[in-house]
Amino acid sequence: MLKNRIIPCLDVKDGRVVKGINFVELKDAGDPVEQAKTYSDGGADEICFLDITASNENRETLIDIVRKTAKKCFVPLTVGGGVRTIQNITDLLLAGADKVSINTAAVKNVDLVKKASKKFGSQCIVVAIDAKKVSENKWEVFTHGGRNKTGIDVVDFAKKVEENGAGEILLTSMDKDGTKSGYDVDLLKTITNNTNIPVIASGGVGTLDHLYDGIVKGGASAVLAASIFHYGEFKIKDAKEYLNSKNVSVRL
Amino acid sequence: MNVTIVDYQSGNISSVINSFTEVAKGKVKIEVTSEINKIKSCDKIVLPGQGSFKSCVDSLNKISGLVETLKDFAITNKKPLLGICVGLQMFADIGYEEAETKGLGWISGKVSKIDNQNGKFKLPHIGWNEIEIQKESKMFKDIKNKSHMYFVHSYEFIPEDKSIISATTNYSSKIVCAVERDNLFGTQFHPEKSDKIGLKIIDNFLNL
Repeated sequence: MLKNRIIPCLDVKDGRVVKGINFVELKDAGDPVEQAKTYSDGGADEICFLDITASNENRETLIDIVRKTAKKCFVPLTVGGGVRTIQNITDLLLAGADKVSINTAAVKNVDLVKKASKKFGSQCIVVAIDAKKVSENKWEVFTHGGRNKTGIDVVDFAKKVEENGAGEILLTSMDKDGTKSGYDVDLLKTITNNTNIPVIASGGVGTLDHLYDGIVKGGASAVLAASIFHYGEFKIKDAKEYLNSKNVSVRL
Repeated sequence: MNVTIVDYQSGNISSVINSFTEVAKGKVKIEVTSEINKIKSCDKIVLPGQGSFKSCVDSLNKISGLVETLKDFAITNKKPLLGICVGLQMFADIGYEEAETKGLGWISGKVSKIDNQNGKFKLPHIGWNEIEIQKESKMFKDIKNKSHMYFVHSYEFIPEDKSIISATTNYSSKIVCAVERDNLFGTQFHPEKSDKIGLKIIDNFLNL
């Protein structure tokens, strides 16, 4: 059977891995190429790089890091941050990314998702959605690393990107990100119930039990986490053994 | 030995190049090309494929003489060829992604969308799944049954002759994930993205 994936995420800024709380107060957490290699050797099912400042500061994503990482890691590599054009996607794929994640540009122009999935295949187009709770069981899409409110309902948008050819949704709760208080399970459930493509849960992991909640309660196909792995609190192997012990199928 | 990865503008082949280069470690020459003469004279061919069945077939056909050259190589001369993902799917007579499209017709069969059982199974089938080895296979030398491989696809190859199936995987139903006939090999999964076990499969192909 298909295994639930564990994806360590490396937020990259100026060539270094960083981690912040609610997308601010960034702390240095190491070299991305080295860390990606450590994760892939440690059993990570995929690796994710997010160039967190690219969209805001108009920077291109870190092609060079992607190139170096792709030569050392033989598990899928997703790269996002500042992806605005077909050319951006082409550059990342040529550098060795397997999937590209589109965030702000997908909100501004969903046609980019359509064109990209047509050109490169849905399998390599991930749409990253940053969502914030606005009322009971209602979430709104935010862009620019969580800074800009769009007024767009997250369920409507998730369905729209699926229709336009997205292969996966990377769903981040802005309320939970960096808080270590667990995923927004209601948000996850709402999106996994309303779409037919895999959803990757993101934002809020502080314990291994949170990973379990994302998969079992939220219905996510994959769970993404950053800080619990970066600071050595847990190894990928710990997470997998824990999930396995709770009858969640993982690749051991 | 020369191994050619066919570059026919079928999307992203960087990972295929990286992984074969890693395994070859200078012992085997890896060439990435669409030049007919180079393809004709090499020892083994890797045919990757990303995107839709139709877009891959269209891209192959755009390069004059490529389809005939590949057929001479793999079918007439029975030299080793490995198709990966849509590279494998194109072995079929026909595919139904985007539009009904004629395949290479090397292995009788069709490529259809995986039955998602009314949304019970998410598509694409993305992630790590276990393979069930169905027959003795050169590609699976020293690979344990139920090893995990990385998949990403929404369509499946359904060959008429079941004896060519070397492995299946379970997702919605039993999906064909590897075929082997003489020196013609194909994997639906991505050995280039399947960690150390995937690299071992690439090694097996290079050592044929």
